[in-house]
Amino acid sequence: MRFLSDTISETVRNIHSGEITSTSIVKRSLDTIARGNENLNAFLSVQSDHALKRASELDGLPADQKKSMPLFGIPVAIKDNICTKGVPTTCASHMLSNFVPPYDASVVEFLLNAGAVPVGKTNLDEFAMGSSTENSRFGITRNPVDPSKIPGGSSGGSAAAVGAGFVPAALGSDTGGSIRQPASHCGVVGLKPTYGRVSRYGLVAFASSLDQIGPITSDVRDAGLLLEVLSQVDSRDSTCARKPFSNNQDIYSLDTRGLRIGLPAEYFGEGLSDDVRLPIMNLLDMLKERGAQAVPVSLPNLRFAIATYYIICTAEASSNLARYDGVKYGFRDTRGKTLTDMYSLTRQNGLGDEVKRRIMLGTYVLSSGYYDAYYLKAAKVRTLIAQDFNAAFEKCDVIISPVSTTPAFSIGEKTEDPLQMYLTDIYTVSANLAGIPGISVPCGTAGGLPVGVQFISSHWREDLLLKVGYASQVALENR
Amino acid sequence: MEYEIVIGLEIHAQLLTKTKLFCGCASKFGDPPNTNGCPVCLGLPGALPVLSGLAVEMAVRMGLAVGCSINNKSVFARKNYFYPDLPKGYQISQYELPVCGPGFLVINVGGVEKKVGITRIHLEEDAGKLVHDQDVDSLFDVNRCGTPLIEIVSDPDMRSPQEALAYLAGIKQILEYLKICDCNMEEGSLRCDANISLRPKGQETYGTKTEIKNMNSFRFMEKALEYEARRQEEVLDSGGKIIQQTYLWDPSNNKALPMRSKEDAHDYRYFPEPDLLPLTVEQALIEKARASLPELPQVRKSRFINEFVLPDTTADVLTSDRHIADFFEATLNFFNDARQVANWIMGDILRIMNEQKITLDAITVTPARLGKLLSLISDGTVSAKAAKKVLDTMQSENKEPDTVIDQLGLRQVSDTGALEIALRKVLDEHPAEVERFRGGDKKLTGFFVGQVMKLTKGTGNPKEINTLLQKLFG
Ligand SMILES: [Zn+2]
Repeated sequence: MRFLSDTISETVRNIHSGEITSTSIVKRSLDTIARGNENLNAFLSVQSDHALKRASELDGLPADQKKSMPLFGIPVAIKDNICTKGVPTTCASHMLSNFVPPYDASVVEFLLNAGAVPVGKTNLDEFAMGSSTENSRFGITRNPVDPSKIPGGSSGGSAAAVGAGFVPAALGSDTGGSIRQPASHCGVVGLKPTYGRVSRYGLVAFASSLDQIGPITSDVRDAGLLLEVLSQVDSRDSTCARKPFSNNQDIYSLDTRGLRIGLPAEYFGEGLSDDVRLPIMNLLDMLKERGAQAVPVSLPNLRFAIATYYIICTAEASSNLARYDGVKYGFRDTRGKTLTDMYSLTRQNGLGDEVKRRIMLGTYVLSSGYYDAYYLKAAKVRTLIAQDFNAAFEKCDVIISPVSTTPAFSIGEKTEDPLQMYLTDIYTVSANLAGIPGISVPCGTAGGLPVGVQFISSHWREDLLLKVGYASQVALENR
Repeated sequence: MEYEIVIGLEIHAQLLTKTKLFCGCASKFGDPPNTNGCPVCLGLPGALPVLSGLAVEMAVRMGLAVGCSINNKSVFARKNYFYPDLPKGYQISQYELPVCGPGFLVINVGGVEKKVGITRIHLEEDAGKLVHDQDVDSLFDVNRCGTPLIEIVSDPDMRSPQEALAYLAGIKQILEYLKICDCNMEEGSLRCDANISLRPKGQETYGTKTEIKNMNSFRFMEKALEYEARRQEEVLDSGGKIIQQTYLWDPSNNKALPMRSKEDAHDYRYFPEPDLLPLTVEQALIEKARASLPELPQVRKSRFINEFVLPDTTADVLTSDRHIADFFEATLNFFNDARQVANWIMGDILRIMNEQKITLDAITVTPARLGKLLSLISDGTVSAKAAKKVLDTMQSENKEPDTVIDQLGLRQVSDTGALEIALRKVLDEHPAEVERFRGGDKKLTGFFVGQVMKLTKGTGNPKEINTLLQKLFG
């Protein structure tokens, strides 16, 4: 179900021409949320009054001011690990259940300047740690296609909100697949930009060297538009490159002749269900019919990706989450007598099991005596994985791969086995390790559940991802 | 047994940047508590650090001044530990790759020169401040969170507390010459920790060391190091073992109090700070910094000895503090007799500073005023003796020398008419002495001059009186 039948750009043009108003669109979004969110729990909080007030203010602006805003009047959802001034930002954690940031994340500023209307904050796995949104302290989110299934994670709330037609676009964050995998499970588009493309200022850090904010939308072209808005230069993040993306309309020419699509043997081997394999191979055939060519490539170090990823992300997380100590903000457990009591009780009761598990793993791999064997080695393997991709991209323009081993699994199916859960990230983590962009685009269904395909490109080539993504979208629409 | 003391110092200097190391907040001592904070230095979720270029430049200048190699690429690292004054739960510092590599400082103790190695200089942010003495549990002040520090780590090259003091003084001198730190040990803008161990004379390997913190003055440091050396000697002599431990110097009881032992030492879990790119220092910046280095204390001292023909000790005192050396050279622009100027600064300006416990900033006698006063002595307008009184009043009342001389009535009388009247009066009152003087007792010259001086309340020009005396009896 799409919120808009058109693209966002088309809708913005209709608002400019006076055909519709921002207020009417925002109202429709809020009404849909009011009807459907109770069942899905995609939103942790909805700012109805604030959104309506902003929409009416926007509608009152003079025409020339409206024209300069590419997202004018469009309702958007924001993952609840992205800081919003004056609006609770909980990270789906008890620890931050009462935290109200005094500042907006840079991306939120960019959205506001572009005329977007934030309507609410979406659910996630606590501190973005998880692949099913079942680790939220504030309840699970259900898959809008089949409510007995998980929506994926960690940006499950954002993907469900777009998939359910609550909003046309939402922000997610992707550390190891957290945008692409839920997008795939909810039948929407999810784009993880190149590391450094989008400012992380105001994104509550999980693993700083892997985290990247990106859009979740219903249409590939909307993802390109959002990326242009989000990728503005920002001096507040030292790792943010000065490389704003330009959403050039040539990208969507549908001319895929000569496009070399790399097919890594390692991605289509054992462990992949036919449910996922077949729709992807079908799509590949359609793209070949339209002039693309499939090229075999090899990524030999891929087998170390999961291990490498979980060492690096837990190491960084153990340090990033040290600030939640009950001293300055957030939850404080006051039952203890000493400073150490306050620290341990606050963290013991303020953080969920998965978060604590990762903090402990990360603390271990950084400990003296283990650092070289784990963290340092993982950092080296990370370089090898990046080199694999560099070599592959000499032979191809984009790599095609699954997003997840299976379509969305049932709620509760993997919660007892963290390792099984970790392994579902196998196709997505390597893009984060290499810092390269990836997009997840719907490519069919299996047993009524959406199946996504992932395309990966070299650094700064989101244009290629959007090009092949849009070609896929159109090919499937015309099938 | 006879032991050799081995000391290494870690000096933290707060850099005189306007902003903190990783955010735009003001970095200033003495502002009301919790007035300089933002999401970054408060460690709010989602906030990210951005490095101050000025702090890097200052660290490079310090490195160059003590002969350090400058690393074109250095890496920030997180030092992880929990403490309420550390908002992020980690301190951003440098670990494996600091901004400055090895260098050295030459110290001089009792006329013996010695090279003390400097291991490294790195950049890091300071923690906040906890206040425990209020009528509540504890208070936290964010103002100091994230202020820029350089840590200067020495090799274990010092062999006595005196050498350690000389090294600290040398580093302080250079920091002041570079104008990158105000070096106020009481306010904590310059802090020093020491590692100290003993080994039997002649032994190669080092003994077990202890660390002493909180020595926030030269005097405390000397006492603390002497105390700890003595303590270790007693332990070793009685057959005991030194336990690797950190002590806090308690100046009110003259004791080192144990803080934590090696067993409960932190595992800081250093790893490269992923929120910051590796720090690159371009060769061009290094060359620019090198070219902009001021004349450093040891070079300036030699120049004072050669150019102004000053004794070694005089040049040493004058250059020990950049402000005093600057004052000295500025005064020479108004009165070109280096020895005289040096004597007046070392004798009287420093005396005023010591008596009133003030720094040179609070001295109202400008180089121009001091120079003027010295010219007035030299042309006989005021006697050297009276000028000391004049200088005190110039300082206390912030006035020009001419004004003060008139105000105190100390202008020297060189008017021969007035002096002759005074001299005749003295001669009339002392007929016996006049007889003896006539009889050849020339020693009485001083007596007569003194009497005339008394009569003129010290304003008579002794030289003129002398001439008159010769004339009258000539
Ligand atoms: Zn600040």
